[in-house]
Amino acid sequence: MQRRDNDRQRVFTRRAALLAGGQLLLLGGLAARMYQMQVVESRKYQTLAEENRINLRLLAPSRGRILDRFGVPLAVNQRNYRVVVTAENSPDVADTLGRLSRLVSLSDDERVRILREIRRKRKFVPVTVREYLSWDEVALVEVNAPDLPGVSIEVGELRAYPSGAKMAHILGYVAAVAQEDMDGDPLLDLPGFRIGRNGIERQFDAALRGRAGASQLEVNALGRIIRELDRRESEPGQDVVLTLDAALQRTATARIGEESGAVVVMEAATGAVLALASTPSYDPNAFVQGLTPAEWSALADDERAPLRNKAVAGEFAPGSTFKMVVALAALEAGAVDAQTQFYCPGYMELGDGKFHCWREHGHGSVDLARGIAESCDVYFYETARRVGIDRIAAMATKLGLGRRLGFDLPGERAGLIPTRAWKTATLGQGWVLGETLVAGIGQGYIVTTPLQLAVMTARIVNGGRAVVPHVARDVVQGRALAARLSAEAPSLGIAPRNLALVVDAMAAVINGARGTARVARLDVGGQLMGGKTGTSQVRRISRAERLAGVRKNSDLPWRHRDHALFVAFAPVAAPRYVCAVVVEHGGGGSAVAAPIARDVMAEVLRRYPSREAPGAGVATLPAHDRPS
Amino acid sequence: MSYDGGFSGSEPTLREKILRLNWGLVLLVTTTASLGFAMLYSAANASLEPWAGRQMVRFAIGVAMMIGVALVELRFWLKAAWPFYAINLVLLVAVEIIGDIAGGAQRWLDFGVLQLQPSETMKIAVVLLLARHFHCVDVEDVNLPRTLLVPLAVVLAPTALVMRQPDLGTAMVLVMVGGAMMWLAGVRFWLFAALIAGAAAAVPVAWGFLREYQKQRVLTFLDPGSDPLGAGYHILQSKIALGSGGMFGKGFLAGTQSHLNFLPEKHTDFIFTMLAEELGLVGALGLVVLYALIMAWGVAIALLARSHFARMLAMGLTANFFLYVFVNIAMVMGVVPVVGVPLPLISYGGTAMLAVLFALGLVMCCHTHRNIWINRRGGS
Repeated sequence: MQRRDNDRQRVFTRRAALLAGGQLLLLGGLAARMYQMQVVESRKYQTLAEENRINLRLLAPSRGRILDRFGVPLAVNQRNYRVVVTAENSPDVADTLGRLSRLVSLSDDERVRILREIRRKRKFVPVTVREYLSWDEVALVEVNAPDLPGVSIEVGELRAYPSGAKMAHILGYVAAVAQEDMDGDPLLDLPGFRIGRNGIERQFDAALRGRAGASQLEVNALGRIIRELDRRESEPGQDVVLTLDAALQRTATARIGEESGAVVVMEAATGAVLALASTPSYDPNAFVQGLTPAEWSALADDERAPLRNKAVAGEFAPGSTFKMVVALAALEAGAVDAQTQFYCPGYMELGDGKFHCWREHGHGSVDLARGIAESCDVYFYETARRVGIDRIAAMATKLGLGRRLGFDLPGERAGLIPTRAWKTATLGQGWVLGETLVAGIGQGYIVTTPLQLAVMTARIVNGGRAVVPHVARDVVQGRALAARLSAEAPSLGIAPRNLALVVDAMAAVINGARGTARVARLDVGGQLMGGKTGTSQVRRISRAERLAGVRKNSDLPWRHRDHALFVAFAPVAAPRYVCAVVVEHGGGGSAVAAPIARDVMAEVLRRYPSREAPGAGVATLPAHDRPS
Repeated sequence: MSYDGGFSGSEPTLREKILRLNWGLVLLVTTTASLGFAMLYSAANASLEPWAGRQMVRFAIGVAMMIGVALVELRFWLKAAWPFYAINLVLLVAVEIIGDIAGGAQRWLDFGVLQLQPSETMKIAVVLLLARHFHCVDVEDVNLPRTLLVPLAVVLAPTALVMRQPDLGTAMVLVMVGGAMMWLAGVRFWLFAALIAGAAAAVPVAWGFLREYQKQRVLTFLDPGSDPLGAGYHILQSKIALGSGGMFGKGFLAGTQSHLNFLPEKHTDFIFTMLAEELGLVGALGLVVLYALIMAWGVAIALLARSHFARMLAMGLTANFFLYVFVNIAMVMGVVPVVGVPLPLISYGGTAMLAVLFALGLVMCCHTHRNIWINRRGGS
């Protein structure tokens, strides 16, 4: 028995040793694996651990403001109070919402939406109940806070445009980010982030937007925030200062009134735009919160095109305001001189055609000065015939017509200045002389924008310098656009004598005994205004209509009536400001457009009595507290 | 034949027994358990509630029981092997029935003061019974089919029940413990080879028995990256927490992954990960060394014991202890599939703690009675 037991003890001992050895080996294997994970690959796992627990949350920067030349805020950030509810802090969310709806209006649909959202999200995530609370509603919610468990007020930023519709076309607006806006900036992914959608807001979006900050949050496995580990504040967007004068802009907008049109006021020497009105307009504040489809289509379908900035995107035949271009082209080419006279019997015959002067019985013998002052069409038919379309087009282009000027608002249109080559290329037909005659009075194919007319006028009255229009003066905190102001615009190479001739004639349009715009005469402390009328035909009154009793332009439907135009400059002695007015389908230039230009220019001269161009230096801005 | 009287070395007195108790082993066990208390304290965010405090109370009761078990006559345990096994089998069936009534996988029975998990005690019962069985078998007869039939039945009956629960981990541990016992008894190599081949052949059959989530666990284990947010999430998070601990750890109470709940079951099955994250490789290896010392002590007791029953019992229970440790640690490191096996002396859980201490009590009993000769019928 003992021997047998010794046998099995031997077997046991051997096998127990093997078993224990095997176990030790396996434990060693585990230890090796631990070493592999905790020492060799530790960095990899540490990175994964950090990614696990750290959530990066973007902090939206506050958007830069837009200011006028005196620092008056045109686009600002207001506080957007929203009421949110956090489910885990409320014993009965539906009941809490019911009580909340007695304080702030909540439709049943909204309540259903909120409850659905609460069910979908984790219990500690706040759900927005309503945005854009009034101050009264905020106070009401705060006072009743004890009865509203889980309800709290959060503050965000909301872009606001205090001047409303008056600046809409310049400022543009901000709106929700669309898929095609994504440019890699992580900010655009932030829910509720707004991007510049039009005007300055769009053109200078990069500067205004600012840089995202970031908050490193430690979160648990459910995503609940435990604490903030690190925080890099956002960099607020830069303020953009405009050359615009908000008060003048208001005057200009008010002066067009109910008409559809545009007014541009510009410094003649610099191209700085003081006012750029386009009517009718829209309220950009409505766009920030989002339009309903009905509101949108009401704006988009309006025949008066409230969404279009007519000052830069409205193309109109310049009519007689184009006559200075023809005059300068002829003078420079030597086709006419100051003494050249043509006889105006009230029409001009060319082949089978008969080209009428606006004055039925004619002007008699007309020279260049009278031709402009009295806007004799026959004088310019003849002048155009002599100088030819291509030289007219060259002068028009020199003066800023027919091409985009690089203005700092989006949507700028080029207009059109026809040439022989253009017609062959686009219409496949040869140029006919009659078209040159029509071009001589700014009709036919020619179209220009109000901004281009202002630039044309500025280049004529500033001694032939190629000023470029702009409305943004500088972006505060660097990237100044001010450099543009210091350099004098280059000369266009037009003889000063010829320019003086034209400028004098333009002065006579208003101040001469027989000028076409004597109604627009103005005298602010001895400072006079010069200018030129224009009435551009949209459609001739047909023979049938004439027989049906339609005699006057105002008898036609609105969209067929003439455009009224006027370009002006002041003071006559030393021109500092130019102004272009276009009233779409408004009627005659002298009757409708000239008085608007007069009133706006009078305001300009009153506001800027000094001979020094205001705002040329960097104006000291009033200290406006940035909204935080 | 003088030994045929079945007597050598009389039953020691109580005083002798107390003096012979392995106080060093008690100290080792207490040290290990204390490490567990600290981790449970950390898991509850520096609080004794709800885990560490209760675990201490259970440990105190368990140690008293362990010493009590060690002082009971070894022959008693030999005689108790069959009844103990029978009771456990009945309890397992009861769990099965109650589980069916409750309509889910239930592993414990509620006795008011104690929620008993019979699968935990069953492993001890199996070791006890196999030790007794092989004690009573001549070394020449070990490889006879009739000798091997009993241990196979003894192991497979509870295994089948546990599989049905379903508790894959415990079932595997039962099979491996049974295998270890047969190995120690001297079953031939080729029989083992045949058994393993048979088991391999049974894998496709067993696969059919597995529940969907168990299959998923096995598949996830084979390719953890395939489903990082689903079934692979636990393994991945556990590896991240463990690996990020580094050499010296993130510090006691400072394990980010554990405390931010990325780590699942940090107070029970995955407590080793938390320890490794907070105390680093140094702490983790320290614990492994503590376990190795406890096991070495168990092996030493087995080798020094005079009776075959004591040898088999001590070695079998040590193997059982090893399987707990190995499977748990290998699981949290992604070396084996996730099966619900607790870390002995550390994981929170009443039955597991008491079962481990009971088993260690039996091991110590083998030491206090190391000089006792027991004949094949269980007499002396």
